Amino acid sequence: MAIESEVLVIGGGLGGLTSALAAAREGADVRLVSYKQSTLRQASGLVDVLGYTSDGDGPLTDPYEAIPSLPEDHPYRKVGVQTVRDALSLFDDAVPTYEGEHTDTNALLPTHGGSIKPTARYPAGASAGLASDTRDTLLVGIEEMVDFDAPHVAAHLDATGVPFDARGETIRFPGDLRADAKVTRYAKLLDTNSEVAVRGRMVPAREALAQRVNPLLEDEQRVGFPAILGDDNPGAIRDALRDHLGVDVFEVPMGPPSLPGLRLEDALFSALGEAGASIETGNPVVDFDGEDRIEKVFIEKNGAKIPNSADQYVLATGGFVGKGVESDRDGVYEPIFDCHVPHAEDRYDWFEGELFGDHEFARYGVATDDDLRPLDASEHSEFENLRAAGSVLGGYDFAAEKSGSGVSIATGYAAGQRAAQEAR
Amino acid sequence: MGPTPHIAVIGGGSTGAGIARDLAMRGLDVTLVEQGNLTHGTTGRMHGLLHSGGRYAVSDQASATECIEENRVLRDIASHCVEMTGGLFVKRPEDSEEYFQQKLSGCEECGIPAEVVSGEEARAMEPHLAKDIDKAISVPDGAIDPFRLVVANAASAQEHGARIETHSKVTDLLVESGEVVGIEVEHDSGPGKRVHGTEGGTEQIRADYVVNATGAWAGRIGDMAGLDIEVRPSKGVMTIMNIRQVDTVINRCRPKGDADIVVPHETTAILGTTDEEVEDPEDYPEEQWEVDMMIDTLSELIPMLEDARTIRSFWGVRPLYEPPDVGSDDPTDITRDFFLLDHDERDDLPGMTSIVGGKFTTYRMMGEQIADHVCGKFGIDADCRTADVPLPGSEDFSVLRDYMDEFGLRSPIGRRSVERLGSRADEVLKTDGPNPTVCECEGVTRAEIHDAIEGSGSDLNAVRIRTRASMGNCQGGFCCHRMASELHSEYDEPVVREAWDELLQERWKGQRHALWGEQLSQAALNYALHATTQNRDQDPADGEPVDFSAFDSGRGQTGGSVDSADVAADGGTDGY
Repeated sequence: MAIESEVLVIGGGLGGLTSALAAAREGADVRLVSYKQSTLRQASGLVDVLGYTSDGDGPLTDPYEAIPSLPEDHPYRKVGVQTVRDALSLFDDAVPTYEGEHTDTNALLPTHGGSIKPTARYPAGASAGLASDTRDTLLVGIEEMVDFDAPHVAAHLDATGVPFDARGETIRFPGDLRADAKVTRYAKLLDTNSEVAVRGRMVPAREALAQRVNPLLEDEQRVGFPAILGDDNPGAIRDALRDHLGVDVFEVPMGPPSLPGLRLEDALFSALGEAGASIETGNPVVDFDGEDRIEKVFIEKNGAKIPNSADQYVLATGGFVGKGVESDRDGVYEPIFDCHVPHAEDRYDWFEGELFGDHEFARYGVATDDDLRPLDASEHSEFENLRAAGSVLGGYDFAAEKSGSGVSIATGYAAGQRAAQEAR
Repeated sequence: MGPTPHIAVIGGGSTGAGIARDLAMRGLDVTLVEQGNLTHGTTGRMHGLLHSGGRYAVSDQASATECIEENRVLRDIASHCVEMTGGLFVKRPEDSEEYFQQKLSGCEECGIPAEVVSGEEARAMEPHLAKDIDKAISVPDGAIDPFRLVVANAASAQEHGARIETHSKVTDLLVESGEVVGIEVEHDSGPGKRVHGTEGGTEQIRADYVVNATGAWAGRIGDMAGLDIEVRPSKGVMTIMNIRQVDTVINRCRPKGDADIVVPHETTAILGTTDEEVEDPEDYPEEQWEVDMMIDTLSELIPMLEDARTIRSFWGVRPLYEPPDVGSDDPTDITRDFFLLDHDERDDLPGMTSIVGGKFTTYRMMGEQIADHVCGKFGIDADCRTADVPLPGSEDFSVLRDYMDEFGLRSPIGRRSVERLGSRADEVLKTDGPNPTVCECEGVTRAEIHDAIEGSGSDLNAVRIRTRASMGNCQGGFCCHRMASELHSEYDEPVVREAWDELLQERWKGQRHALWGEQLSQAALNYALHATTQNRDQDPADGEPVDFSAFDSGRGQTGGSVDSADVAADGGTDGY
């Protein structure tokens, strides 16, 4: 007997989680299966919608205004502006620790490389760091952490023309962490607020950190740290630091492994659990049965192939990064259902010579109809009960546009909702 | 004896650096100029093979004999650059038995230790060799890091008083009264270490003698004085795998052919190569078929290469030369021997000698002969010491000490740092502050990066070749910004940004030939990290000013409002 559900979502990233959540809130019996660690741990945790047009114009103040002018095969054009708005409402409701919903206007946030980037939503922990906020800023780096060099970030921010003074200082993190400790070790120490030795005296970690920063603080009105301020209790840690320092505290989003990305993943998984979906992680979908309609998929578990059947399926396995789209020397393909992925025949046409050139590979993914059903080479839908969401979709370059999270949320929402409606 | 002669050496590859070291050790004043980084030309684009001579044992026994002699010298004086992997010439069933026997006797004739091993024994040594390999000849091939070797030669020359100028392009030869009396160079950023964004300038460097050691570029230097130096540049591709499929150099035992060698190099294995004549050493096609051929043909020896991950490919240009009367059509027929062209004897233009042709493995021997030649011009009688005095980093050194504990490094990283640094490990790794890892793929720590910055100025590509940082699996995706940040402790932000961009571009360049499968996934991730997370593709620091006041400045405030004290009112010009 196959494990049955009304809607089966394959993939546990932002697209899959939103899709499953939308379907579950629509009242469907939903099951989500995911294999590897999701790419959210590699993402900064910022939820961008659209920062630049496909032609590179920007930063855009209003992402929604620009959507109707995007190319026709862009996923946003398939779902429409209203769906993007509705999808973000679902996100705002499911993840209340995020901000930015008070305005349609993009925010600019400092990046750990020292540039700024446009985004539509940001974690509460980053909100005191907005670049349009004119308060002078002290950035604090950790001597042992090579991913965030505060003096360099401050100098680079200054070069971007931010309307405030930024200054960087580097401290030794209190406690006896080794030179290349993972960010999770710092977070854990602050989460538990364990006592650490400071000049022979035991002091709780949060207070000890503030003590290191206090003498460095001049007349700045806010202090930014790399995103290491706790995994379980980031709000409490920021509050504690703010109380000790007397100024607002924020985090600068970081590269992988990204705590804000992991926190977002946790928040979405728990929202999904609350919505009643069943979740299975750690095992890959390796095969399926069906011709025009997918009858069942097979999940490999301890060497056995376990059938899972559903009325509707959502493919949210990611792009090249998440391995939802793969390639070899001869071509580009979608590995589970072998959905058609349009691409140039000559692999030397997949990319440009310049690092940030207009790379074709960045837009490779499945093409869909307006109902997000993947299309085959002759533009017929591959399967009547399969929809695609997130980075597995083609037709957009999320990195250049700064649209990755928004497209995943909007298409995930649309695919999940429509799958649920059709399963009724 | 008159005043010390001043010799200008053009070219910062292995030959030029070897000559500079030799002359400086003999007490001459030396200035070496190089248009790019050290190893910028051919040296930085080779497969890293320390020849045993086996490859030439049939076709060119004079070269083979030189190779085995120099192979022994380099193991001694450059131990921190060499890994004695050993090598195999493997014979597939379709390969000629007669040639196999010729190879074996050729090795014996040239004094190259050679031993026949059965297919089974060869596979016991290298389990990924094809099942149908008949047998093999084992020879003392090795792997050598050309970057480290050239940097060490240059450092040694400097210790002996030489001046080393990188990023200084020769724009003219100074000729007075029918004699070469110096060179004119254009400094990229002023004399001394390169600093991005600093204005350069032209300098006339007068010299008592000029040595043109520019390899494939020798003809260009010759043109400046109306000399005809017919170098025949020949390109070859090298494809880098993400792991070492083999720990021994694997050669195909057949007369000649493309795609017949795999060299284990540091964390990677390098597949090579092709041999095709090109017009211009700086502008030639880099073609897909060459990369495909490496993988397809070498899979006959090591089947797992077929589906293995490559991280990049690069091309090198051999500076082949043959006297005008030989006239080989096929570049593979051109000798690998080197030629010393004394332009006084050859062209009636005293004051300069060019060195062309030759091989990396015998760079020191070439340097010795040139230095003898130059010293002869000035009647100087000084012994060559380059074969006896170890290079900086290869001095007497015990690797048995527990460096991990001493420098607070995790063991695999500590081991690799010490291997790279050799006897310099002490001075480099002893730092007061914490020493975190900057490049995880290659295990490069902050202390090594700072040591390299000290040696190479603001040039992160020069830091890269000195340390191997950003040269591993992720090709700099995770560490380029970290390297930039380390540079910021010494240089201002705009200088750092320019060096960072240049490093990112360089890293992208070679990866383009590896973009499928795992490496395309990696490239997509790197692109996301650099463009999405860091927004480096649309960095306002490099572009148009941004009107910050038009964007969200926080909850309860609307973008564009100028009423609130916390909102930017003067964030830049209108529009974007």
